Amino acid sequence: MDPSVIIVQLFNAMSVSSILLLIALGLALSFGLMGVINMAHGEFIMIGAYTAYTLQNLLTSALGDKTPDVSFALAIPAAFLVAGFAGFLLERLLIHRLYGRPLDTLLATWGVGMVLQQSARSIFGAPNVQVVAPSWLLGGITLAPGLVLPGKRIFMVLLAGLCLSGVYFFIYRTSSGRRLRAVMQNRDMAAALGVATRRVDSITFSVGAGLAGIAGCALTLIGPIGPTLGTNYIVDSFMVVIFGGVGQLTGTLLAALGIGFFNVMFEFWSTAVVGKVMVFTMVIIFLQWKPAGLLALRTR
Amino acid sequence: MNSVNDERMKAPLILEGTAAGPHATEPDTRNAIRSQRHLGHVALQSAPLALGLLALLLAPVFLSDFRLSLLAKFLTYAIVALAIDLVWGYAGMLSLGHGVFFGLGGYAFAMYLKQEASRGALPDFMSWSGLTELPVFWAPFANAWFAIPMTMIIPAAVAGLVGYMVFNSRITGVYFSIITQALALIVSILFIGQQPYTGGTNGITNFQTIFGRALILDDVRLTLYYVTVAVLVLSFLLSRWLISSRFGWLLVALRDDENRVRFIGYNPAHIKTAILMFSAALSGVAGALFATQVGIISPALIGVVPSIEMVVWVAVGGRGTLVGPIVGAILVSAAKSSLSEGSPDYWSYYFGALFIGSVLVFPQGIVGGARQLSSFVRRRRPGYRRV
Repeated sequence: MDPSVIIVQLFNAMSVSSILLLIALGLALSFGLMGVINMAHGEFIMIGAYTAYTLQNLLTSALGDKTPDVSFALAIPAAFLVAGFAGFLLERLLIHRLYGRPLDTLLATWGVGMVLQQSARSIFGAPNVQVVAPSWLLGGITLAPGLVLPGKRIFMVLLAGLCLSGVYFFIYRTSSGRRLRAVMQNRDMAAALGVATRRVDSITFSVGAGLAGIAGCALTLIGPIGPTLGTNYIVDSFMVVIFGGVGQLTGTLLAALGIGFFNVMFEFWSTAVVGKVMVFTMVIIFLQWKPAGLLALRTR
Repeated sequence: MNSVNDERMKAPLILEGTAAGPHATEPDTRNAIRSQRHLGHVALQSAPLALGLLALLLAPVFLSDFRLSLLAKFLTYAIVALAIDLVWGYAGMLSLGHGVFFGLGGYAFAMYLKQEASRGALPDFMSWSGLTELPVFWAPFANAWFAIPMTMIIPAAVAGLVGYMVFNSRITGVYFSIITQALALIVSILFIGQQPYTGGTNGITNFQTIFGRALILDDVRLTLYYVTVAVLVLSFLLSRWLISSRFGWLLVALRDDENRVRFIGYNPAHIKTAILMFSAALSGVAGALFATQVGIISPALIGVVPSIEMVVWVAVGGRGTLVGPIVGAILVSAAKSSLSEGSPDYWSYYFGALFIGSVLVFPQGIVGGARQLSSFVRRRRPGYRRV
């Protein structure tokens, strides 16, 4: 096989993994912390994507042709804030009331997801919309003749790397992160020692939602966006959480890389459908061997 | 079944139906014992059941053909809801993949109906997708007496395989839900992808006859309706018997404290796999009845979204009660079909709100709530001595 094809495929796998990682980080954090799987997480992706779209439309009259270049740069922090705020509201209004009832939370957040999707349909219309990519991402890096790494994909990988570093710094190098880890390891003990666990939940959940928003913003680079944008990615991200184990960043990172890689690989060999089926089967078989996932947080 | 046994099994389950965990159970169990001593309770509970059955039996007299066929569809949903409740309401495992079992049963029977409709020729969608010969695994389904047991065996086998692997590695709670949801996703995309064998996105449709009789005939439709009612009643009685048996107690014990069950010496993986298989078989029969009466089975009816809708029927009706899921399935589906006739857009809002409301505002569902209300009223009655 042509080596350049392999390199491009590997690179595509990495960019898919980056998106999965951004999405799964928030899921894994809130699952590790509260034991809750947030079914509306996919809608945070959608919110992030529509933030980018709205921003572009708002700025067009002021900036004209230059809009995509500026608006996309602004859209990333904006998507983080908007989706993060949506996450904050969801946590405060709903999830926090259902503490200790994970299965119920799952159903309720699915309901929230339905409402959000329908709202997007009412506001922006059912058909997909396109966000124009900034000109500074249109090129690519030519490694060899016929071997071009597209700039958009490079950007996605870099963005995910940046976010991962940010989360790493947040969790392992700040006092909020220390409290987060304490609550994750032993909620009651942390509370007894004076950690405001409710606040930790709230902050973590919002950050996770914000990351999903950034992922949504990045997804506008590779295709049109619609109200059901999140649904396409969410089951894969759940698989990442299960596969990677809970409570360790490294586990989530490795799982995202693994699932992205195998998805692309199987897809390359056969079809996308068979790829998904193989990945699912693989995860189930893997869990026979390590039920807690790749790297699980060990607590006593 | 004797009535004392019946009461013993039902009362605690109804009252603690929220599965709120071990802390919530204690006072409720006491309530249960209290109400158990109240003999009138038995009659009070059986009366609505008998009325409901009478209404179902007489429905063909009052309803138009169109409404009756809708009701038949809802009753197949009710069977699935009952099946989900056994797994979720009693054994505490929230399955988001029951659409798969429903679909496998539906497809299994659709393979028979389609072959009968094609009268020995290749089914139409196969020739459209360029197939020249009938696939080997289709051939035996030409015989209804092969297809009928298969509507139960195939879903049960899939449930057994997935269930055993999942439960054996002690995957519980949210993990189980996610895995079953992923199952629903991959099965539906698999069925979409294998167009020559499954009819792809369109599914299998255009059935003509069953046992040589045209499906559009009034007496055939009526018979199918009564068969559906009979299957529902049978499933209900079977579930009731199961829940009141030792096995039923084990299920509830698993829900409330799995480790304790394990320490006593049972293998939770076996029990859970068994109930999941039973539930899958019930769902499969429902799928077959659905495909026959609605005239289609397609991936859109079995994927992630329909699977989670099925769960909401149970939540709205009242999990951990056997009547609840039936009531929930019929009411929610009826509401959906009447509301979405007018404004399909708003249905999503209502439905989303129903999800949120069913856990936040009325976690015990309609039936659970009604029972709690009635036991509350009874407790206030003068002359009733507290235990």
